[in-house]
This record gives sequence, C-alpha cells and structure tokens, in this order.
Amino acid sequence: MLYSILTQVSRWAIPVLLLIIPLYGFFRKVPVYEAFVEGAQEGFATAVKIIPFLVGMLVAISVFRASGALELVSQVLAPVTSYIGAPPEILPLAFMRPLSGSAVLGLSAELMKVYGPDSFIGRLASVMQGTTDTTFFVLTIYFGAVGVKKFRYSVITGLTADISGFLAALYICHRIFG
Amino acid sequence: MLNVIWLVLLAAGIIVAAATGNIDAVTDAALKSARDAVQVCFDLIGVMALWLGIMRIAERGGMVQALARLLRPVMIRLFPGVPPRHPAMGAIILNLSANILGLGNAATPFGMRAMKNLQELNGGREEASTAMCTFLALNTSCITLLPATIIGVRLSYNSANPVEIVGPCIFATSISMVIAVSLDYWFRRFSRWRKP
Repeated sequence: MLYSILTQVSRWAIPVLLLIIPLYGFFRKVPVYEAFVEGAQEGFATAVKIIPFLVGMLVAISVFRASGALELVSQVLAPVTSYIGAPPEILPLAFMRPLSGSAVLGLSAELMKVYGPDSFIGRLASVMQGTTDTTFFVLTIYFGAVGVKKFRYSVITGLTADISGFLAALYICHRIFG
Repeated sequence: MLNVIWLVLLAAGIIVAAATGNIDAVTDAALKSARDAVQVCFDLIGVMALWLGIMRIAERGGMVQALARLLRPVMIRLFPGVPPRHPAMGAIILNLSANILGLGNAATPFGMRAMKNLQELNGGREEASTAMCTFLALNTSCITLLPATIIGVRLSYNSANPVEIVGPCIFATSISMVIAVSLDYWFRRFSRWRKP
C-alpha cells in the first residue's frame, strides 16, 4: 500500500510539475516558451563552471578508494565501531557518505548483492544511503560555482550532520530491525 | 580545511598504493575519474537548463513568490541576513522541496541558483556569507521523505519490502537536520566565526 503510493508519487512528480508550472504561467500571461529559454540559458554557464571543482574532488576520492586506503582505514577502525554496533562491512560506506554519492550508491548496491537487501547490513546500508547529502560534493560545487573560497564553519556543520545521521541510522536500525 | 582534506585523501591513497604494490590502480583511478567528472558536468547541463527554465516560468508567473510568502515566517528566522522578498528565498525553498521529495536532479539547479542569488547579496566576496552556511547546512542534512533511488536498488535485489526503510530514513534525516540547524545557529550566534 505504502509502496504503491510512493512509487506513484515518484512516477508522477516530474510530469505533473512540467504540466502545472507552464500552464499556470500561461494563465498569468507569461510568454512561457521565451521565459523557459531565458532561464535555461543560465544552466550551461553554471554547469561548465563547476568542472574544475568536480575534477579535483573526484580524482582525490577515487585515488583514495582504488588504492585500498579506504579498506585499510575501515579495518583499523573496525574494533572501535563494532563497540557501538556498526558492522565492519558498513564502514567504507560511512566514510564515503560525505564524499561521493555515486561511490555510496555503488557500495550499498554491492552490500545488498552480497548480504541481501533484507539482511541487517542491507537495511542499514539502505537507510544510510537515504540519509544526508554528500557534504563535499555540495560544498565544492555550490561554493565553487559562485567563487567562494573561504567556507567558514560549513565543513564542520556538514560533517557533524553526516556523523549524527550515521549514528541515528545505526540506532534506528538496531531498534527496528535488530 | 578543504585543502587539508583534499591533500590527505590524495597522499594517503598514493602512499597506501605504493606500500601494497597497487600503484597502477592510482593511475587508472585518477585518469578515469577526471574524465567521469567532466561527464557528470555535461550530464548536468541538460538537467540544469530544464529546471532553470521551468523555474523562470514559475517566477514570472509569481508562483515562486507565492510559495516564499507562505513560508516567510520560517525563512526570516533561518535567514535573517536575506531580505524577505529577495529571489534567493524562493530558490532556497525550491531546492529544499526538491530534496525533501527525493528529486535529486532538480535540487542541484535550484541550489546553484540560490547560491548565485546569495553571492549577489554577499557582494561577490570570497568568504561565505552566514546565509550561505545556513543554506548548505540545511541542504546537506535535509529531511528526505522519499528516498527514491535506494528504494529502486532494493527492489532490483528482490527485497521482500523495499519501502520498509522509509520510516527509518525519515527518522535519521530528522535527527541530522535538527543537529545541523542547531549547530549552524550556534556557530552564527556564538562562535568566533560570527559576524557582527
């Protein structure tokens, strides 16, 4: 029941928005097509501007992953995190969460393939995937696109949100699926 | 801070790879991901153009302003530095709504647009404004009602109940959002980074 409502919502969200907004604009006497093109023009410049920031971030992240450093850090920290009830298998996912959305998606799909989506690890990985955005992706491209170089306390706030999201995911999974 | 994190990721990766005889992986990963990054940006061009175009229609028709007016009581408390009728408010609301609904590809264009507006208010400075920090705190920790991607992944691995994680996701994102907003509030009011 819940599932069918949710899938219907996500199936219809974009078509409905694409219909309602131009229709409403038309009745408010907006030259809809011209307004669309005018807005769309901004898209190209912004997307091109973020290329260097994204290249910098993705290269560092993928070197860290591919070299085996991520695995190593996870192994070193495993005894500590098992103490709070986090399975060691989940650690690479927790580290990548603030760094790269596509890496996280790959890792959680891998965990679900190996352990099954309805195992504790699979469920925890799912909840973590759905929790908090990739802080560094957002920071680098958003600040990069407008030329901000001093982030002040943003990095700390974002990482604290990531850590608290991880702990909350861990807690709720133990409570519900334990 | 970002300089340190970037360097640590890169250096730690190369040192570990050298120590474990895995050095070829570094070369492959570096070159491949540089190419992937450009691909991501190119994919973004179309999506950006689409959503920014639709947003312009909504702005010209007054829809965004109406939405901003509705949420003004909340927004002026979160963003005291932004004039209540400024277009940045509308863009921030659209970005957060897209995040809440799990429409990741629409969230990014709205977010970039919001940052552009905020940077105009910031006078083009190189240092982030307080409003930008609050916006990013909200953006990275925002509550998610519909984690559509992960439901899809669970379904493809034949989960007996792909949506059972929706409730826990809402719980965890609520916690992280409350913490991020409180911490941001503390930073901008009491820390050494606060602005008079």
